[in-house]
Amino acid sequence: MTTPFRMAAAAAMACALSLPALAETAPENTDPIVINAGELELPTAVPPPAHLDGAVPEIYSGWLFRDAATQVMQTDDFQNPGMIFVDQGITEWNTVEGAAEKSCASCHEDISVAMKGLRATTPKVNKDGVLWSVEDYVNDCRVNRMEAEALDWNGDRMKNLTAAISMQSRGMPVDVAIDGPAQPFWEQGKEMYYTRYGQLELSCSNCHEDHYGDWIRADHLSQGQTNGFPVYRLKDAGLVSQHNRFRGCVRDTRAETFAIGSDEFRALELYVASRGNGLPVEGVSVRH
Amino acid sequence: MSRHAVFLAPAALMVMALAAPLAAETAPQDVVFDDFGSIAEPLSDTAGNAEQGAVVYVDRSTGNCVACHAIADRTDADFQGNIGPSLDGAGDRWTTEQLRGIVADAKRTFPESMMPSMYKTSGYIRPGDAFTGKAGTEPLPPLLTAQQIEDVVAYLATLKE
Ligand code: HEC
Ligand code: HEC
Repeated sequence: MTTPFRMAAAAAMACALSLPALAETAPENTDPIVINAGELELPTAVPPPAHLDGAVPEIYSGWLFRDAATQVMQTDDFQNPGMIFVDQGITEWNTVEGAAEKSCASCHEDISVAMKGLRATTPKVNKDGVLWSVEDYVNDCRVNRMEAEALDWNGDRMKNLTAAISMQSRGMPVDVAIDGPAQPFWEQGKEMYYTRYGQLELSCSNCHEDHYGDWIRADHLSQGQTNGFPVYRLKDAGLVSQHNRFRGCVRDTRAETFAIGSDEFRALELYVASRGNGLPVEGVSVRH
Repeated sequence: MSRHAVFLAPAALMVMALAAPLAAETAPQDVVFDDFGSIAEPLSDTAGNAEQGAVVYVDRSTGNCVACHAIADRTDADFQGNIGPSLDGAGDRWTTEQLRGIVADAKRTFPESMMPSMYKTSGYIRPGDAFTGKAGTEPLPPLLTAQQIEDVVAYLATLKE
């Protein structure tokens, strides 16, 4: 928002008064993410899903808003620090645990076949009409089929597993259902997305719809897309789950947050995912 | 120290009472805005101090205005945001009364503005206890004290081109 010249005081004032609150800025380029020297190309800008109804002209990967050094780490699986955790997640997949003496692999066998596409379509409504995230599918198997204890939603073992599962959908477009049984959850998430929470009275849309591309102090705002989650965050030297990211963003509005793994965050996860319908699952993205 | 803390601490109260007559401040719920969002009366009877205001303007834990605004000569700020307009020349564009209204509760001047209300204590959705993520109890301490608002307004009034 640098104005090269100043207008006359009166004009400037009129302008300030009528200034629209929207100041979204498109990224300078929208190159795809080229993984492992061309093995896979992930588009970073695609047309928005119809339900967004013109709210944004295009949807963008969060990768576009990161600095070059961070971006490049995501283009090579040997450099991407998140891949260590993917490997640990695969080990987890194969580890026998619980009274039934089973691993995930005992029932599902090859993760690359069994889990392909799951990440691209979750959260989704299960057969009992409950909205489930990937974490819920994992814990359902652990508790009911492995007879082991549920994993902590935000713990390392769960994040490693969800990272490994996410990788099996890498390149597949996000395609969560928003109609039918999903619709009430989607509506709830949408309502949350536009609610101005906390003492700072900021909604997700204030930052990620109206002001992506702008800077909030040192932070370059993206559209807050979730297709790269769980992401590897350099600052935390570890994986970050979607719900943990949501919790951080809500906390930063000086609000009482929702709990990780709460129904509210599942609904928000569905709505935010649907804003990214069409962007490819990125497996484990890198953030600073 | 917040002014609530001052009011609660009897020792501090006494020191203040001895040093000077109690500074009179308008409580957030008593502030009178005009139809366009301006506040005619100062919120404190101690005149705003522009130098103090310049500090509040960049300070992360108080004003943090710089998260969203830029001012060309604030080379002391490590980063400046661009969510809101540049404030260069704000003192030419707005009267003191208008600036006071914008800083205290910008939504009265710019409906639906993203700018947080600095002198408001209730009416929030899921109010938190500062940045802890835990629930807060209304009335919350306002983001800025009456005096800090007067100081920031005095600073903004110096921004002339
Ligand atoms: C005060 C501004 C602000 C608000 C309000 C806000 N966020 Fe964020 N959010 C950020 C910043 C800053 C980042 C880190 C930079 C980026 O990726 O945009 C971020 C990052 C994210 C990311 C990670 C994106 C990525 O590619 O790594 C997601 C997802 C996200 N936000 C979702 C939300 C949701 C959902 C809400 C509402 C509940 C929300 N945000 C509210 C500022 C905000
Ligand atoms: C979260 C973002 C944000 C923060 C923090 C913020 N502002 Fe603003 N401010 C805005 C926006 C956006 C506008 C433009 C008005 C509108 O919403 O249309 C604005 C407008 C203004 C204006 C009028 C603009 C002009 O010069 O014509 C002034 C003066 C101002 N802000 C001062 C401040 C001060 C002082 C602080 C800190 C005490 C502050 N702002 C904090 C977002 C912010």
